[in-house]
Amino acid sequence: MTKYTYSDKKDTRSGFGDAITELGNQNEKVVCLTADVTGSVKMGTFAKQHPERFFNVGIQEANMIGMAAGFSLEGKIPFASTFAEFISGRVYDQIRQSVAYSEKNVKICASHSGLTVGEDGATHQALEDIGLMKMLPNMVVINPCDYNQTKAATLAIAQYEGPVYLRFGRPKVPNFTPDNQVFEIGKGIQLNEGNDVSIFATGHLVWEAIQATEKLESEGIHVDLINLHTIKPLDANMVIDSAKKTGAVVSCEEHNRLGGMGESISGLLAQNQPTPQEFVAVNDVFGESGTGEELMHKHGLDAEGIYKAVKRVLAKK
Amino acid sequence: MANLADYLPQVRRDIVRMVHDVQSGHPGGSMGTVEFFTALFHKIMDINPENFKINSTGEDVFLLSNGHITPVYYSTLARRGYFPISELSSFRRLGSRLQGHPSVHDGLPGIRIASGSLGQGLSVALGVAQGKKINNDKHLVYTLHGDGELQEGQIWEAVLYAGAKKVDNLIATVDYNNAQIDGKVDDVLSLGNLRAKFEAFNWHVIDIKEGNNLDAVIAGLEEAKNQTGKQKPVAVLLHTKMGYGVDFMQGDYHWHGKPFNDVQRDQALAQLKETLGDY
Repeated sequence: MTKYTYSDKKDTRSGFGDAITELGNQNEKVVCLTADVTGSVKMGTFAKQHPERFFNVGIQEANMIGMAAGFSLEGKIPFASTFAEFISGRVYDQIRQSVAYSEKNVKICASHSGLTVGEDGATHQALEDIGLMKMLPNMVVINPCDYNQTKAATLAIAQYEGPVYLRFGRPKVPNFTPDNQVFEIGKGIQLNEGNDVSIFATGHLVWEAIQATEKLESEGIHVDLINLHTIKPLDANMVIDSAKKTGAVVSCEEHNRLGGMGESISGLLAQNQPTPQEFVAVNDVFGESGTGEELMHKHGLDAEGIYKAVKRVLAKK
Repeated sequence: MANLADYLPQVRRDIVRMVHDVQSGHPGGSMGTVEFFTALFHKIMDINPENFKINSTGEDVFLLSNGHITPVYYSTLARRGYFPISELSSFRRLGSRLQGHPSVHDGLPGIRIASGSLGQGLSVALGVAQGKKINNDKHLVYTLHGDGELQEGQIWEAVLYAGAKKVDNLIATVDYNNAQIDGKVDDVLSLGNLRAKFEAFNWHVIDIKEGNNLDAVIAGLEEAKNQTGKQKPVAVLLHTKMGYGVDFMQGDYHWHGKPFNDVQRDQALAQLKETLGDY
């Protein structure tokens, strides 16, 4: 298989922040909003360079979403960002009515998503946001895997007209995707080709899936490994073709099994290519305090958990 | 060019007929704010109905935050030339652009944001207002809210923000009729001294005591315009009567969301002169 390497570990939120800094200089239409977490979501440089286009609304997430919708009416491209839980569940009705149903060009940028927030515990660990957002008509849902991809995705959604939910996180993770990549919304990325099992991974789980794939390949199990950075619209052709080829599927995400990417895949396949599937995801429980690594391991969201899931699904073939 | 006063009974006729035709909708708040809508759309705002764009740059903007009073909103928009008056007959029907609550989905001219779930319009207006400042657009942003709607927490986030950040190209009007679905606002959850509350949040407050007197409403809104650009957002407390214009509706909160039966429709229409032609 292709050997994936990295020279450094970086946080995906910094990919977002560095792209925002670039966008600020490239595109006068870009305005940024945050709710008292400027540094945490890496908007500090934009704020310094473009104070007239930067709006720290204070701790008012609902007001922030409405304001973002309003900016779009004046031709702006608003990027609103805070922690994933506070920009999804807390403001679901505002997003539903003022953004999604109103078809507004608002970029909802969710940092600190998933279990890897770690020590802050369950109140801050958004594990339902993919489900909440994918259920909204008009909403695009993207969960890039590393720094470079998050940066590319941020630049790409500025060019896309319509509401987007961009999900990223806090921990430093291997930065292995090319720094010059062009991000295509809705287009999965084939990381390895094989005929025995399909692994579809998103976000932080993509690197773990690569590690699992290396081990499986060394045992002679050939993995079709795909990075599904866009959960909605799902790359239906790629998913169906891969499942047809392998006859066994494992989905991997840092999210509740209920409502996650795995269910999008199983729903698609149930209609088009019924296929046994295992879900590497949080099994309908809240998170808790701990290091990100400990929590991911506890819930089986790592290379070892993915490896075991592959063994389970292969037994069903 | 119609006499401005001619719109008042005609828009009320439209409201009665639209709600009766489909046996649903919200006539009470609609009837009470006819003078406000007429003043705003025919006199106060600088707008471009013939060439409506979702992008609001270059004109005044109105956002309806209490989205349920679509009957008065749609009638006013149609009679101001945003879309054909005949389309009012499609109100709330399958396939209509005139959804029960405002929607942009079907491209109805005049609508820029969905509303209905209460409390969101002032936040949207803040984005528009600050966008206009960035664009160096001197036009103003207007909103309308129900007084019951002010019980929503998001309203007070926006009120705090607007005052603290001196968003002074914004005029937020409250339909101050002391009525909501379950009864009087004072009984359900009193707003207390509303003027004092807005003032405490650094707003300039104007009372329009006769909210169902067209001249008074025009004068009050002109005064509100004069108060913009002075480092404070402007709140207008528009004292209206729910159901104004039809004797058996006036001041009765039960008419918030109740349709007319045939007899009530006839009684209501008998009190409202057909001045500009029914749809």
